[in-house]
Amino acid sequence: MQRIGVFVCHCGTNIAATVDVKTVAETLGKEPGVVISQDYQYMCSESGQNLVKDAIKEHNLTGIVICSCSPRMHENTFRKAAAAAGLNPYLVEIANIREQCSWIHKEIATATEKAVILGRAAIAKVHLNAPLTAGESPVVKKALVIGGGIAGIQTALDIAEAGFDVDIVEKNPTIGGKMAQIDKTFPTLDCAACILTPKMVEASQNERITIRSFSEVTDVKGFVGNFTVKIKKKARYVDETKCTGCGLCTEKCPMKKVPNEFNMGLDNRSAVYIPFAQAVPKVATIDPNYCMMLKTGKCGVCSKVCSVGAINYKQQDEIIEEKYGAIIVATGFNPISLDKYDEFAYGQSPDVVTSLELERLMNAAGPNGGTLLRPSDKTHPHTIVFVQCVGSRCDDSKGKPYCSKICCMYTAKHAMLIREKYPDTEVYVFYIDVRTPGKNFDEFYRRAVEQYNVHYIKGMVGKVTPKSDGKIDVQASDLLANEQLHINADMVVLAAAIEPDKTARPLATMLTTQMDTNDFFTEAHPKLRPVESATAGIFLSGACQGPKDIPETVAQASAAAAKAIGLLCKNSITCNPCVAHSNELMCNGCSSCEKVCPYGAITYIDKEFRMPDRTTKVRRVASVNPAVCQGCGACTVACPSGAMDLNGFSNSQIMAEVDAICK
Amino acid sequence: MQVNDNKEFQPLIVAFCCNWCSYAGADLSGTNRLNYPTNVKIIRVPCSCRVNPMFILRAFQKGADGVILCGCHPGDCHYTSGNYFTRRRMTLLFSMLDFLGIERDRTRVEWVSAAEGAKFAATMNEFTEAVKKLGPNRRLEDLRCRKQ
Repeated sequence: MQRIGVFVCHCGTNIAATVDVKTVAETLGKEPGVVISQDYQYMCSESGQNLVKDAIKEHNLTGIVICSCSPRMHENTFRKAAAAAGLNPYLVEIANIREQCSWIHKEIATATEKAVILGRAAIAKVHLNAPLTAGESPVVKKALVIGGGIAGIQTALDIAEAGFDVDIVEKNPTIGGKMAQIDKTFPTLDCAACILTPKMVEASQNERITIRSFSEVTDVKGFVGNFTVKIKKKARYVDETKCTGCGLCTEKCPMKKVPNEFNMGLDNRSAVYIPFAQAVPKVATIDPNYCMMLKTGKCGVCSKVCSVGAINYKQQDEIIEEKYGAIIVATGFNPISLDKYDEFAYGQSPDVVTSLELERLMNAAGPNGGTLLRPSDKTHPHTIVFVQCVGSRCDDSKGKPYCSKICCMYTAKHAMLIREKYPDTEVYVFYIDVRTPGKNFDEFYRRAVEQYNVHYIKGMVGKVTPKSDGKIDVQASDLLANEQLHINADMVVLAAAIEPDKTARPLATMLTTQMDTNDFFTEAHPKLRPVESATAGIFLSGACQGPKDIPETVAQASAAAAKAIGLLCKNSITCNPCVAHSNELMCNGCSSCEKVCPYGAITYIDKEFRMPDRTTKVRRVASVNPAVCQGCGACTVACPSGAMDLNGFSNSQIMAEVDAICK
Repeated sequence: MQVNDNKEFQPLIVAFCCNWCSYAGADLSGTNRLNYPTNVKIIRVPCSCRVNPMFILRAFQKGADGVILCGCHPGDCHYTSGNYFTRRRMTLLFSMLDFLGIERDRTRVEWVSAAEGAKFAATMNEFTEAVKKLGPNRRLEDLRCRKQ
């Protein structure tokens, strides 16, 4: 026979003002199985909790119902109190009579009646509660960082600093990401390479960090503390352990007409290449799409000149399997493709470039050695037009609905740098709004306008037309002066919107994390848990979560590292015991539950059963891994035989609640 | 629940709310003191996909006049895909109820996020009104279950 205790909280006047708590306690006291029913001013206070604890001991209770605020608020408090008094914490049920009763109703009579019904439902449920024990699962003390840009590097360095092993998986031949391509950084105008490359070297020299460059994650299994990840190490046709990065092969390679991705295709590289001088790891990679030897079998120059014999044309992709306790996503961003923007003549004229291309054109290590020249005829541009919000803040299907956040600042930077270096160049910036929230950001923008005389014009560019004389006609409107403008420009720079990397969506599926409609990863809570994903053990770092500038990216990277370290410090983690379980005697092995499980927690095992006639029979039955199951209950409804049930929210418990409410 | 038996008809409404979005949304409408009728009684479930169509039929059998199921917005499910199962299952169940001649307005699926306290209250007000108009549920109620 159940011995249930009911405790009704006044919550000061929060509940007591609209609900007659004495009547509630009295009425619920008459319910079957209830041996004690009390009310108290503040049940969550220490004396309130002691009241509960004493009652559990005194009446030897087998379950308690607390009629108080939302279980989201104090369920844990009362579970702990119950545990302290020797009652299994999962024998506690909360009837929410504050948020869902006293605060929304005004009439005392009806509110009291509703509170009684809610209490009754909780009593009906607690009758069927079973004691549950939270299991423990060990934590693998190693982290995986996916993406080797500044976000990934910072996260890896912080985790390594705390004394844990970290692997960085980077799909490109070198780490460094977008920041390596940038020339100067706002608002201090220090050179990006000067602050990034030491960090890259630090990462490569840290003995706790393993850089897996030119590799991709292909499969993720497991759960928080215990992920098993398959990593595809793509064939680079060069033995990384032997290559010294001398670069002789890249000089001698006869195939020199390969568009250089690092310079945004503005110049060419050889088929065997090192992306840039400070690449980490500084190892050559052969591009199989262009290498003559790999395509036709005729050439082999690089293997002849390589003094250490690092070239291996027979190298194959390799799959590595590793175990990790935490995974940090740092997949970053890319500028959007401008194919759909015919009006800006990108693709029609080489002198219409994106901001990232301009970044390379101005970089000392770029195609022009740092001199800003028009890509078409290598002459010095005298009039440059910047177009803001190309694809950002768009409500049509072409662009992105969000603000890309960094464009206003980098355009101010570009404009300022151009005016500083080439005072004879006129710079126009067409904008919708100039958004410069950030430390020293607005001052920076104002310097561009006031000190460097950059022409900021509020209005959008309507059409960009390349002319036969090599100039570009920019037709735009000045909204403040209310007039149409034609600018005879030498170059046009488009501030293309940024979007998450294309690899992010399939990765999110592998990690079972959430993404928003723009493919940015969704954080567990927009304000209070900004660096965790809703899936335990997966953390978010950098622009994969939303557009960010470098300081914000680094801040988030360190925050994600701190969260991951918090997890890696633990030897084991407590699992949620409210998970699904299958009644093997009822299960017919139909696979319905396996198909709906979003976590892959259900597997099938062949199990021997003793039959009534004393023979043994092997049957295929479902088996739930309690450490993987998150307790959503999708399988319980899918199961046609009713074998699958959920601890804490069992079929009979919910039915009992329904019955109690409808009684 | 017939509080004012002699006066206006007061429907009994069972609301299933997922723990992560809608239950939190319901809490938020309480925190913001947004009123909705006492007719609505909420049952907490981990995810809207935990709601077996049996629960809904059981509620009707036992005398509920309306059943509403609330979950996270599509794409926002805490468990990634639970509410998509809900959407499919309920479409199927509702068309079956249609076939049985149960008024469509007695059942509903609504997406309420944890931030939409106002939407939760508005939905409950509107749903209660709609069920009130339909009158008591007679077709699915099992008279043997009725309280004497």
